Amino acid sequence: MSPDAKPILTVNGLVKRFGGFHALDGLSFHVSSGEILGLVGPNGSGKTTAINVISGLYAPDGGTLTYDGASIGGMASHKLVHRGINRTFQIPKPFLSLTVRQNVEVALAYGRAEVAPPALSDLLEQYHLAELADRPAADLNSSQQKMLDLVRALATRPRLLLLDELAAGLNPTELDWIAGHIKALAQSGLAIIVVEHLMGFIEQITDRVIVMNAGKEIFEGTLAVAVKVPQVIEVFLGGEHGA
Amino acid sequence: MDCRVKPGNDVPQCVWRNMKHDTFIRHLLLIVAPLIAAFAILPGVYDNHLLLFNFVIFLILAQGVNIIYGFTGYLPFGYVGFFGAGAYGFAIMVMHFQTPAPLAVLVAGVVGVLLGLLLTPLLRLSGAYFAIANLAAALAVLHFVANPALESITKGPYGVALNGTFNPTLAYVGAVIILALTLGIVVFLRNSSFGMALQAVREDAVSAAMAGVNVVKMRVIAWLASALVAGLAGGVFAWYVSVFYPDNVFSSDFSIFAIVFALFGGVATIMGPIVGVVILYGIYNLIGFTTPQYFQLIYGVLIMALVLFLPAGLVSLATRRGWNVP
Ligand SMILES: Nc1ncnc2c1ncn2[C@@H]1O[C@H](COP(=O)(O)OP(=O)(O)O)[C@@H](O)[C@H]1O
Ligand SMILES: [Mg+2]
Repeated sequence: MSPDAKPILTVNGLVKRFGGFHALDGLSFHVSSGEILGLVGPNGSGKTTAINVISGLYAPDGGTLTYDGASIGGMASHKLVHRGINRTFQIPKPFLSLTVRQNVEVALAYGRAEVAPPALSDLLEQYHLAELADRPAADLNSSQQKMLDLVRALATRPRLLLLDELAAGLNPTELDWIAGHIKALAQSGLAIIVVEHLMGFIEQITDRVIVMNAGKEIFEGTLAVAVKVPQVIEVFLGGEHGA
Repeated sequence: MDCRVKPGNDVPQCVWRNMKHDTFIRHLLLIVAPLIAAFAILPGVYDNHLLLFNFVIFLILAQGVNIIYGFTGYLPFGYVGFFGAGAYGFAIMVMHFQTPAPLAVLVAGVVGVLLGLLLTPLLRLSGAYFAIANLAAALAVLHFVANPALESITKGPYGVALNGTFNPTLAYVGAVIILALTLGIVVFLRNSSFGMALQAVREDAVSAAMAGVNVVKMRVIAWLASALVAGLAGGVFAWYVSVFYPDNVFSSDFSIFAIVFALFGGVATIMGPIVGVVILYGIYNLIGFTTPQYFQLIYGVLIMALVLFLPAGLVSLATRRGWNVP
C-alpha cells in the first residue's frame, strides 16, 4: 500500500473510562485499506478496550472515531457491521448451541454485505472448519472457535477487520498458516488491526505498529524501530511481557 | 448469496429468501395441520369440551412461552399478565362498546401487544431479574384491574359476567384459529433466518450484533409476538367462560403451567411444547381430579426428574442421539 493513502479509520484522542479509571486516555492512530496495523502493549494497556470502542461495544467518553469519512463514535455494533467493520474476540464468542454452519449463516443473512460475501463452503474450507460444519460450536476447541469468530466476521464482508489475539494458542505451523491468510486479506484491500503478544508474528505480518501504554500510544512506526526506542523497551520490560 | 438491503427497506431480503421452504411446508403439513384437524374433530367425538378448550389454551400459552423463552432466553414468570390483560380487554370491549366477540378477541391481542410495549424496558434485565420483574408487572396489572376504584370500567374485584357473547362453540373455534396462528409463528421461527438470529441473540448478544443482527429490535419483536398470542388467548378464554374474576384470569397457574409444559417438552422446537402439554396436562387431568393426593407427588417427581436428567426437555432424548427434532 502507499503510505499516504487516505486512512479508512482515524482514531483521535479516544477516551474510555470505567468508573474513574481511564482505560483509554487520548488514544490516536489511523489505519488505511490494505494495511496491517499491529496494536501492541502490555496487558491492561487498553488494546481490547480500543477494539471494543471501535466495534461499538462501548460508546467513547471522549475523542473522535472517523470511519470512511463519517463519525462513528457511539454507533450501535450492528450498524457498524453493516458499514463494514468487524472483529474477533480475545476470548472467542460463538453461538455455542448453534452448528458451525448456522453460526456463519446468521452473519450471511444479517451482515448486509455490500458485495456478495464469499461462499459459506469456501470459508469453512479455508479456515479448516468444513468437517465440523454440522457440529455445535460448543464442540470446537478454543482455536477453532477463534477461526469461527473470524469466519463469521468475514461473512459480513468487512473493510476494517479487528483481530484480538487471534493467534494466541496456535502452534508454529498454524501461525504461519493464519499469517498467510491475514496477509492475503490485506492484499484484497481490507484494513486490518492486529492485537498480538507474539512479536515474531507481529513482525511477520504488520506494516506498522502502534505501541500502547496506559490507554494511549507511545510509539508509531515499524516494529524494527520500536524495539530500539527506550520508552518502548521500558514499558515491555516493566510489564510481564518481555516480548 | 446476495443479501443486500434496498435503502429504506429495513428487512434483510435474506430473512425471507433464506427460509427453508421445504421444511417450513413439511412442518405445517405434518405437525400443524394434523394437530389443528384433531382439535377441530375432537369436540364431535369427545364430550368434555371444556377440557379440550383448556388443552388448546395451554398449547397456545406453552408455545407463547416457547417464542420468548425458547428463542430469546427470557423466562416470563409473569406471562399471565398478557393473558389477563387480554381477557379484560375483551370484557371491556363487550361491556362498554357492545363489540362483537371475534372483534373483541382481536382487541385483546392488541391489548397484549400494548402491555408488551409498555414492558419492553424489562428486556434490559437478564436472567432472574427479568423473571422477577415480569412477575411483579403481572401482579401490578392484576391489582390495577381489580382496583375497586375502577369498578365502573373493569368491575374491579367483583368480576365480569358477559352473558351477551356467551357462545362456547364459536369461542372454541376461535381458540383453535389462534392456536394455528401461534404454531405458524413457531414454525416460521424454526425455519427462518429470523428465528436463527433470535437464537444467536439468546446465545450471545454481543456476537449476534457482530453478525449484523439488531439485537434490541429482534428481542422486542419476539416479546411482542409472545404477548400477542397470550393476549389473544386471554380474549378467547374470556369469551368461552364469560364469567370470571381478576384472580381467575391473572392466576399464576397459567404462567407456571405454560412454562413447565414448554420446558418439559423442550423449547426452541415446535414439538417440545406440544409434547409437554399433551403429557403433563394429560396426566394432570387423568389423576389430578380422581386422585389428587397422588397427583402432586407424581407431578413433583416427574418435574424433578426432568430438571435433573433432561434439562433440555424430553426432545433432548432424540437430539442427543443426533436426531433433528422439528
Ligand atoms: N468492562 C470493563 N469494566 C471495567 N474495567 C475494564 C473493562 N474492560 C477493561 N477494563 C480495564 O481496562 C484496562 C484495559 O483493559 P484491556 O483493554 O482489556 O487491556 P489489554 O487488552 O490491552 O490487555 C484494564 O485495566 C481492564 O481491567
Ligand atoms: Mg486484551
